[in-house]
Amino acid sequence: MAEFASQWSVSGIVRTMFPILVVLTAIELGSGLVLDTFEGTLLQYPSLLVLVPVTIGMAGNLGSILAARFSTAFHLGLLSFAVTDDRLAGNAIATLALAVTLFPLVGAGAWLLQTVIGGAALPLRTVVLVALVSGSLLAVLAIVVTTVTTYAAYRFELDPDDVVIPVVTNVCDVLGVVVLFGTVRVLV
Amino acid sequence: MTVREVALEAYREALPVLALSAVGGLFAGVVLGGMDAELQDVAGLLVLVPALLATRGNVYGSLGARLGSALHQGLINPRFSFDDDRINAAVAAALANGVLISGVAAVMAVALLALVGRPSAPLTTLVAIALIAGFVSGLLLTIAVVSVVFVGYRRGLNPDTLAGPVVTTTGDVVGIATLLGATRLVLALGGG
Repeated sequence: MAEFASQWSVSGIVRTMFPILVVLTAIELGSGLVLDTFEGTLLQYPSLLVLVPVTIGMAGNLGSILAARFSTAFHLGLLSFAVTDDRLAGNAIATLALAVTLFPLVGAGAWLLQTVIGGAALPLRTVVLVALVSGSLLAVLAIVVTTVTTYAAYRFELDPDDVVIPVVTNVCDVLGVVVLFGTVRVLV
Repeated sequence: MTVREVALEAYREALPVLALSAVGGLFAGVVLGGMDAELQDVAGLLVLVPALLATRGNVYGSLGARLGSALHQGLINPRFSFDDDRINAAVAAALANGVLISGVAAVMAVALLALVGRPSAPLTTLVAIALIAGFVSGLLLTIAVVSVVFVGYRRGLNPDTLAGPVVTTTGDVVGIATLLGATRLVLALGGG
C-alpha cells in the first residue's frame, strides 16, 4: 500500500502532474501569442473577442470527447485504424455534425450577447459565418489529430487514456485560436 | 453497429454536454469582451488567457477524476470534512499545482514576448495577476468540483460524467472573471 499512499500525498501528486502542466502551458502560450498578434482586430470587433473562449473550449471538447470514445473502443478491442472502420467513420461524422449544429448557434449567441451589452460592430451574418467556418475546420482537424494521436499511443504501447486526452485537448485549444485567426483574416 | 448508428449515438451523447459548455464559454467571452480596457492597459495579458483557461481544466478536471475514482473504490466518503487526509491532500495538491503553474505561465509569457520582441507589462505585474487569479479561481473551482462530485454521487449519479462538464462550464467563466478581478486589483494597487 506504500505505493498507493504516495499517490495521495501532496508532493506525490504535484511531482507527477507539474511537469505535464509546464509542457501543456508552453503549448497554450503559443496560441496566446497568436491571439496577441491579432489583438487589434479583436479589440476593434468585440463580437470576435466574445468568440475566443467558446471556440477554444468547443475545439478542446470536440477533441476530448472523440479521444475518450476512441480510447474506450480501443480498450474494448473494437477499433481498427482503417478508413472503412465503422466506429472511426461514425464518430468522425458525429464530430463534424456536432460542429455544424453548434457553431452557428454559438456565433449567433456571441452576436446577440454583444448587441445587448455594447452594440456589435459586425453584422450577424459575418459572426455566424466566422463561427461556422472555424467550427467545421476545427472538427476536421480534431478528427485528424485524435486519430493520429490514438494511433501513435497504440504503436508506442501507451495507455490512450493517459496520453491522448491531454495532448488532444491542448492541441485542439491551440488549433482553435489559429483557425479563428485564419478565418477572421479571410472573412472580416 | 453501422456507421449511421455509431454516429447517431455519439451525436446524442455529446450534444447536451457540448451545448452546456458552449453556454459557459459564451458567458466567459462576454466577460473577456468587457475586458478591452484592461487588455490594452496590461500588454501581454491576452497571451496568458488560453494557458490559464487550459490550466483550470487540466488541474481541476484531474481533481474531479481523482475524487470520482476514489469514490468508486470506496477510499473516501462523499462528505466534505477537514479530517479526511486523502481529500485534504488531493485538494491541497490541486491548489498548489493551479497557483504554481499560473505563476510559471506568467514568467514564460514575459520571456516569450521578450524573445519575439513584442511589448509586455512588467514581470511583477503579470506574475501578481496570474497568482491572484490562480488562487481565487482555484478556491472557487475546488468548491464547485467537490460539491458537485459528492452531491452527485450521493444522489446516485456517476461522478466521472459530472466532473468534466462542470469543470468545462464553470472553469472558463471563473477563469476569465477572476483574471479580470485580479487585473483590476493589481492596477488599482499601482502595478502596470
